[in-house]
Amino acid sequence: MSGPSQPSQFTGAVGWIDRRLPVFSYLEKEYRQFPAPRNFNYFWNFGAIATVMLVVMMATGIVLAMQYTPHVDMAFNSVERIMRDVNNGWLLRYLHMNGASMFFIAVYIHIFRGLWYGSYKQPRELLWILGVVLLVLMMATAFMGYVLPWGQMSFWGAKVITNLFSAIPLVGDSITTWLWGGFTVDNPTLNRFFSLHYLLPFVIFGVVILHVIALHVVGSNNPLGIDPKSPRDTVPFHPYYTAKDSFGIVVFLIVYAAFVFFAPNFMGHPDNYIPADPLLTPAHIVPEWYFLPFYAILRSVDFDIWFIDAKLGGVLAMFGALVVLALAPWLDRSPVRSCRFRPVYRWFLVLLVIDLIALGYVGANAPDDEILSGLGITWLDLGHIAMPWYFIHFLVVMPLVGKFERPLPLPLSIRDAVLPTRGGAPMTTAAPSKQA
Amino acid sequence: MAETAGAHGAGSQGGDHGDEATRRDFLYLTAGAFTVIGGAVAIWPFINSMNPSADVLAAGGPVDVDLTPLEEGQAITVMWRGEPMFVRYRTQAEIEAARETPLDDLIDPQTDEERVKPGHEQYLVVRGICTHLGCVPLGQRQGDERGEYGGWYCPCHGSHYDTSGRIRRGPAPMNLIVPPYTFADDKTVVIGEEGEAAA
Amino acid sequence: MKRITLAAVAAALALAAGPAMAAEEGQQASGHGVEIAAQDWSWDGIFGGFDQQQLQRGYYVYEQVCASCHSLELVAFRNLHDLGFNDEQVQAIASNWTVPDLDQETGQAITRPALPADRFPSPFPNPIAARFANNGALPPDLSVIAKARADGADYLYALLTGYVDAPQGVDVPVGKYYNAAFPGHIISMPPPLSDGRVEYIDGTPATVDQLARDVSAFLMWAAEPALVERKELGVKVILFLIVLAGITYAVKRKVWSDVEH
Repeated sequence: MSGPSQPSQFTGAVGWIDRRLPVFSYLEKEYRQFPAPRNFNYFWNFGAIATVMLVVMMATGIVLAMQYTPHVDMAFNSVERIMRDVNNGWLLRYLHMNGASMFFIAVYIHIFRGLWYGSYKQPRELLWILGVVLLVLMMATAFMGYVLPWGQMSFWGAKVITNLFSAIPLVGDSITTWLWGGFTVDNPTLNRFFSLHYLLPFVIFGVVILHVIALHVVGSNNPLGIDPKSPRDTVPFHPYYTAKDSFGIVVFLIVYAAFVFFAPNFMGHPDNYIPADPLLTPAHIVPEWYFLPFYAILRSVDFDIWFIDAKLGGVLAMFGALVVLALAPWLDRSPVRSCRFRPVYRWFLVLLVIDLIALGYVGANAPDDEILSGLGITWLDLGHIAMPWYFIHFLVVMPLVGKFERPLPLPLSIRDAVLPTRGGAPMTTAAPSKQA
Repeated sequence: MAETAGAHGAGSQGGDHGDEATRRDFLYLTAGAFTVIGGAVAIWPFINSMNPSADVLAAGGPVDVDLTPLEEGQAITVMWRGEPMFVRYRTQAEIEAARETPLDDLIDPQTDEERVKPGHEQYLVVRGICTHLGCVPLGQRQGDERGEYGGWYCPCHGSHYDTSGRIRRGPAPMNLIVPPYTFADDKTVVIGEEGEAAA
Repeated sequence: MKRITLAAVAAALALAAGPAMAAEEGQQASGHGVEIAAQDWSWDGIFGGFDQQQLQRGYYVYEQVCASCHSLELVAFRNLHDLGFNDEQVQAIASNWTVPDLDQETGQAITRPALPADRFPSPFPNPIAARFANNGALPPDLSVIAKARADGADYLYALLTGYVDAPQGVDVPVGKYYNAAFPGHIISMPPPLSDGRVEYIDGTPATVDQLARDVSAFLMWAAEPALVERKELGVKVILFLIVLAGITYAVKRKVWSDVEH
């Protein structure tokens, strides 16, 4: 619409810049006028919250990197020096440490929102895949960041995760040696992890921009999962959602601050305050909570599948868990987006959340410990049920329920559904037929 | 909510006045002010973390220098806060040369008396960093180039200092800086600690 | 609908924040199967801080008992100001310890009295020597021990007071001891405390219970010296954020008031 020669709507210095580099026009269009469905609920805050967390992590990370020493003999003490001697160092470090967890909380809620309201469906497939790419990048960044303090869990976590790659047939051992830059996890490994831990957030930042661009091409989904049909279905992003996001961000920051100031080590593991000891493996190697379900999937494959041995199988299952998530747009055959109108699938999605929580517990406990003493059921047994269910959900439930479920009638428009009905029954359509 | 919408509707762009507008402006202002103040305060820990940390400050504590092995005409260099400190045991001739120089000849006028401790005039203690761009001047070791005025000579850009460490020629703007120091006794100088009768 | 969502989100946040607020310092559920009893500590709760008198007593226990085997290498003497010692006291304490150094003239290894800027010297030159002197067991550094053990200070107290007779049928090897709180119960550290092991300057009766309590508190401070500053700042930050949440909520209500929704 607006050609490059069109004069800017801005005047003065802003206009001068905008005619040459239309950043202000872009902001005006994408963050002020951008038509957003009028019926977002608070789940729609978590994209903005995740962005805030990314900025907090990068800001604290940059100043922490100024004080940190990536050397096996000094890393642990340099982190403690930050905690003790650097001005406000304890604050920055705890913000960063708990910030990782809070970032994952925000992103996991954001992903759940996408699943519940069908935000991954046509035409938002690429937006969704970019989101899964962001999750993978975050996981890599968080993993390498956890190695940096060079505590016991850092070291043994690094060892276990890098050893995953040794499961690759033929070249596995060469790849792990290459990853380590030595014969085991050692100083070269720590150095490269530090370098990549600093690099990846900027890559994440870039992919976030792509994620936002992709979102602004097709527009936001909404709790009803139906497309806005007229301007009456939307409101300008500013001030309506800037105000709402601001409130959500502040509430989220309260929870974040509660952890940072009153329980900073609640989500950490005591063993990571023990300096790394290559001769002594901790009793239980446990990743950070946000990796527990994936870790449980890895460990629950303790059997050979055809020609794939258990070790490779576990690794494939773990990465496969992310692949099936990325394929959700094609696995889900239902034309209806929002679970509000999917009376069957919504219960399966609740079950998936329960499944993931169960996997979390499986990941946190020793495989052979009994869930309740005397019952004879171990955590591994639970894993043998919960792990396959995750895949069944995506590979079987999603396609089949989409095919056979009878969705509830969809409202005609967002406005009709949101505003109080003016007498009579709400106007609805029959469930739409499957899209071509 | 409904009555607000009825009262203002689409025309709320600027046509409204009175309590509603005032209340809204007040809210926006308060929210904006809180965010700006909160943001500004939150930036401080980030900036402050780059200031010298507690261990750095503690390591920058005073150093004792034993002057017993130092003979007339000799100089020693000690480290304080990561920088060289020059201590020179000046000869009588050097002291006189410094004291006889008229202040008018100086780029940064300062008497020799101001630059030493009374009773210990033979010892000159200066920070061994050229005030031009931070090089370490020559003149501490026997055989060093000492410049035209017999003090120190900075080879980087050719600044000449006299026997009181004062700048005499070259691009440096100021005399060599005298660090805080005091004499614990006749033969021990404590660099980094201000004496009671500091000049 | 809006209200229900809001309530759900608030409930979820409360669920997340609840355990965090309730969690004790440096604590995590232990996975060892040994129940560690929670003790009352001065730093419990949102406003809890350190008791300087207790920390000073705890320091003397460290100095006179623990320090012969355990290092505290991340803590500097200057940090003892936190315990309420003044400059002269810190200097005096530091000068009782010797630290390794180099003779500035000859380059020979020497020892000299410690300065406030020095960190606590280790009792052994290296881990090999430490193991050699202790029947193969390595006495861990105590700087962050209160954060490096599940249950934190509660565990330290339980360990120090946990030397009891081994139950029947439990075979305690020579040179090892039975401890009720230690994972696996067989510990290499001989019982370090006994009544009157340290004479307290302030006249507090030096029972094993008191000694264990005081040194556990001292080690909690050593592990988390910024605890008091952290909580004080935390109260201010959270109060600020609550007010800001109220204001942003009012703004949001105001903004949305001219839209039917």
